Amino acid sequence: MGGLQKKKYERGSVTNYITRNKARKKLRLSLPDFRRLCILKGIYPHEPKHKKKVNKGSTAPRTFYLIKDIRFLLHEPIVGKFRDYKVFVRKLKKAYGKTEWSAVERLRENKPTYKLDHIIKERYPSFIDALRDIDDALCMCFLFSTFARTGKCHVQTIQLCRRLTVEWMNYVVAARALRKVFISIKGIYYQAEVMGQLITWLVPYQFSHDHPTDVDYRVMATFTELYTTLLGFINFRLYHSLNLLYPPKLDSKAECELKEENEEDYALNSECYLEKLSALSASLARMVSSAEEEEAQLDQFPVEGEDMEKLEAREREQKEQEAQKKLFDGLKFFLNREVPRESLAFIIRCFGGEVSWDKSVCIGSTYEVTEETITHHIVDRPNASTQYINRYYIQPQWVYDCINAKIVLPVEDYFLGVTLPPHLSPFVEEKEGDYMPPEKVKIMALQRGEKPAQEQEDEEEEDEDEDEEEEEDDNDDEEEDEEEDEEESEEKNLKKMEKQRSQGKSLQVKVTPGKMKVENPERLEQEEKAEEKRLAIMMMKKKEKYLYDKIMFGKKRKIREANKLTAKRKAHDDAEKANKKKTRK
Amino acid sequence: MEESSGNMRSSEPTAAMKKIFNFKDKPAGKEEEDEDLSDSEESVFSGLEDSGSDSEEDEKESDDNDDEDDDDVTAVESKQPKQTEEEEEKEEVVGGVTEREEEEKKEDEYEHDSSDEEDIRNTVGNIPMEWYKDFPHIGYNLDGKKIFKPIRNKDELDDFLDKMENPDYWRTVHDKQTGSDIVLSDEQVELVNRLQKGQFGDVNFNEYQPSVEFFSSDVMIHPVTNRPADKRSFIPSLIEKEKVSKLVHAIKMGWIKPRRVEDDTRGRFYDLWAGEDSSILGRHKMHLPAPKIPLPGHQESYNPPPEYLFTEEELALWEQQDASDRKLPFVPVKFSSLRQVPAFSRFIHERFERCLDLYLCPRQRKMRVNVNPEDLIPKLPKPKDLQPFPTTQSLVYRGHSGLVRSISVSPSGQWLASGSDDGSVRFWEVCSSRCMKTVQVGGAVKSVAWNPNPSVCLLAVALESVVLILSPSLADRQVVQSSERLLSGQPEADTSDAAGPVIWSDTEGEELNQGIRLKIQHPKAVHQVAWHAKGDYLASVMPDHSSHLQVLIHQLSRRRSQNPFRKNKGLVQCVSFHPVRPYFFVATQRSVRIYNLVKQEMTKKLQANSKWISSMAVHPGGNRLHRVHPHTRSTSTPVPPQHQIHHHTRSTSTPDPPPHQIHLNTRSIFGSSLIM
Repeated sequence: MGGLQKKKYERGSVTNYITRNKARKKLRLSLPDFRRLCILKGIYPHEPKHKKKVNKGSTAPRTFYLIKDIRFLLHEPIVGKFRDYKVFVRKLKKAYGKTEWSAVERLRENKPTYKLDHIIKERYPSFIDALRDIDDALCMCFLFSTFARTGKCHVQTIQLCRRLTVEWMNYVVAARALRKVFISIKGIYYQAEVMGQLITWLVPYQFSHDHPTDVDYRVMATFTELYTTLLGFINFRLYHSLNLLYPPKLDSKAECELKEENEEDYALNSECYLEKLSALSASLARMVSSAEEEEAQLDQFPVEGEDMEKLEAREREQKEQEAQKKLFDGLKFFLNREVPRESLAFIIRCFGGEVSWDKSVCIGSTYEVTEETITHHIVDRPNASTQYINRYYIQPQWVYDCINAKIVLPVEDYFLGVTLPPHLSPFVEEKEGDYMPPEKVKIMALQRGEKPAQEQEDEEEEDEDEDEEEEEDDNDDEEEDEEEDEEESEEKNLKKMEKQRSQGKSLQVKVTPGKMKVENPERLEQEEKAEEKRLAIMMMKKKEKYLYDKIMFGKKRKIREANKLTAKRKAHDDAEKANKKKTRK
Repeated sequence: MEESSGNMRSSEPTAAMKKIFNFKDKPAGKEEEDEDLSDSEESVFSGLEDSGSDSEEDEKESDDNDDEDDDDVTAVESKQPKQTEEEEEKEEVVGGVTEREEEEKKEDEYEHDSSDEEDIRNTVGNIPMEWYKDFPHIGYNLDGKKIFKPIRNKDELDDFLDKMENPDYWRTVHDKQTGSDIVLSDEQVELVNRLQKGQFGDVNFNEYQPSVEFFSSDVMIHPVTNRPADKRSFIPSLIEKEKVSKLVHAIKMGWIKPRRVEDDTRGRFYDLWAGEDSSILGRHKMHLPAPKIPLPGHQESYNPPPEYLFTEEELALWEQQDASDRKLPFVPVKFSSLRQVPAFSRFIHERFERCLDLYLCPRQRKMRVNVNPEDLIPKLPKPKDLQPFPTTQSLVYRGHSGLVRSISVSPSGQWLASGSDDGSVRFWEVCSSRCMKTVQVGGAVKSVAWNPNPSVCLLAVALESVVLILSPSLADRQVVQSSERLLSGQPEADTSDAAGPVIWSDTEGEELNQGIRLKIQHPKAVHQVAWHAKGDYLASVMPDHSSHLQVLIHQLSRRRSQNPFRKNKGLVQCVSFHPVRPYFFVATQRSVRIYNLVKQEMTKKLQANSKWISSMAVHPGGNRLHRVHPHTRSTSTPVPPQHQIHHHTRSTSTPDPPPHQIHLNTRSIFGSSLIM
């Protein structure tokens, strides 16, 4: 037998992977730099199919990267910048050690910097790609913009984040792109539809953070570096798509209105403009001052059949959306000082409402409390001290619920001091068989245009229906049990007779009137079907049986959970009712 | 003050010091008015110790003046001036020194001089005074005359007495240079106090006077100094030239780069996607975008519906669970209004974990098959379409009083034999369920088997360690005769020892009348009997772990037995003959072996994944084998070969038919079966 002996682990999948340490050595980078590079370039490890083969027979846990990815990193200009930076730090240290201050100054001036524009372009070749991935960027920027300037990161970063988020919010207001909002215990979720992409972001509540010690802020800062660049470019493009000036400028008309005498007391000149922007109360300046937006009409094409239905559905959706965009048109809100101003101002403006607040709360208030035309006054206190007669005093949840329901809800449930109805997540879409809280049913009925008075009855009925369904589910099991019971009883009778006979007693001759067995044909049919199904399931192949069992297990668990929630709700409602009765007595 | 007190203890007040004290007093006396003025000023500025010192002075200068304010103080201190006067008188004896002091004091300018110049009395200079400790003098005065030490040193007692009696003790300081004690005057005490407080020594000095800036914003007409310009100011500096040339050289060589223009393009954005080209798209095809964060459900609301809140048990469970096992990473909480919602403590953590996920988690495309579970169920023909098959129970064979262990149908299909625990074998007519015959065999019957040869009518019955051959005589005469003929065959002499433990014997008397024709005595309990298709051979099974004697084959016509196997290959459960070919099937617990009887070798071993084979049957055509698990039922639906059916939903408690009767049950009773 001739030929060279084949060596192990030199061909096959081993050649596609490289361990992290080897990759690091190949790139000649330190671990933090390698990490930073991976974050910026979006390189992540790969899990090989056969770990042991790739690991050259060892089973030690290792992180593997695709060798292609690492080769791709080799030509990255930023790697050179990283090395420059290392040299710079070394020189700076040396200069400090020798107390050569002029050298220190000179070095500092020549500190190597890098830009991430080409990386953004490379990672997101088209604008839509970038837009799709913007969720995390927004979350991160909103988080960083709430940081105190305490040295967890550079002050410039915080300012940049703030600027970018304010620009983003202004865009959403201008485009009226907001769709859903949700007040959670973590913060406030917003969902906007920008160019057909659903973008969700989470804004923390405006409190100072107590910074955890087990978080690596370097990693977060690197991500933020990337995200701020990305968000900046996206903002630029979005502003231009709406014919808005970028960096944003306030409308000249609005700006005049906002001019106040005490402006200088409020903030420095440099910060003042950003603050005014972040007040979100004024519209932005356009590049071409167009009169009014023309509403785009859907083009009509002659279509038939299913396409027709689809088209109609789309049209309906479009109409709904248009209606939602004008949800608060003509309403005038006033925010009391204890409500979250930024969030409320943002969402109200997004849906066409006018909003203002006390002059001392923030810059940019447009009208006073005493204004006659205010329709809704948002208060988050048990009672308001002075009440004007021609406006509703409501709690802030009303605004959020209205947006999620896409209609202006009745204000009765949201008056001051009233126990609020539960705030539901707009992101949950119940499928058939899922649990739906009764409040959601109510809102859906309102959306359909039914009156709330009838609702309650319906609700109860529906509850009953649900119960029945449950019972039916149980019935299947019970039927089988019953059958067995019947058999058993018959056998018992026979046994008795047998006994009597074996004991030599003559059987008591007695004729008892027989009972007609009323057979329910429907039930029989059902039984037959169930039996057929059972037999068929028995005949399944092992693989399919496994899959089937798994699916059925998941379904059953879902049903069980739904039932549990219903039961819990019922118990709660009963307890409430009992309480009410007691208090009445 | 501590230092001063220490000094005072060791030395005695000398005349010279006392003189100083007096001198201080005398000018004060002269310039009474001045002193008073200064005092008043002092009190105005500092407000310190004015009362005490004032009263003292007053009494020194004018005893008659009574201070109404300080009555009690004066009473105590009234003695003091007298004492000092006495001391004065004593120490005027030491004359020379005092004269010198007087001269000094006469000159006014010394009054304002610094305290350093007072020490000129001793001219030794600033030296350690212990150098003079062996001499009677301690130095020299200005005239070069020796200054003598005080004659008597103060001892501890003196010091103590002094401390007790001398009211000025606290302001007495020992001067090492002159070896004398100095009682500090009020001004001096004042000075010390002021210095200790960190104030200026001069009372009249105003610390807070407005500063006059030397250089001001106003341009003066005159230069600040009138100094002529230096020469160096108009001759070029060599050192500077050297430095500049160095820098020029460094710039030339490129060592020093010119100051960079401040790069503010970092925060400047432009239309990055202006010209969308597809050059990078190739690589991008493989890109897997990170999955988005799952959207929040109702549980996460600040005001969730009540059913989503945790009950106490759920909360306890949540707390017990490991963080990775929890369904929800947080506990749902309800707040009655928005203003009560606090900050979420794990917000930064969650963001950070998301970051880690983004750059540390391997990503994989997973094909999620969306299967409708109904599609997985195979389409079977409806049971209705498979009819005719019996659907109702038609006959029950009653008569046994014990468990029926085994039944067998005659080859003609007319008769059914059943063996029971009550020790009887019954023969039934199949179609009428009539019991034709009962044979008491005297033991629990384990197995019955009808001879498959239609030309004979014999039944093999296994009970305990005996196999009986019954001739029930339930057929026409010809058949009965032929069976008689078969049974009457003579045993061969030489085979008797080969069969070893097996004893063949004819029956007599009562047993013969009942139809029992032959008894084959086995060494162990027999569990099963099986006929060969031709009806001459009979196999019996005696399951035993330890021995190779588990299966015996008997030949009826020759009345001989043989053990076909030499080795124990496992506990034999049952055996069976092939209906057509010369094959012999042996089922052990886990496998079925097929032996060729002609070649006397094993042809096949069938292995199944079942745990226990309890019974098997060969298809009458001879090409299928059916094997059954214990304690489960199996169905006899037509199944393609090599196909196993499992179902666990219907495991039953008793595999045996109910006692005392045999049901011809239409319901198919099979559980898990394998057809090979």
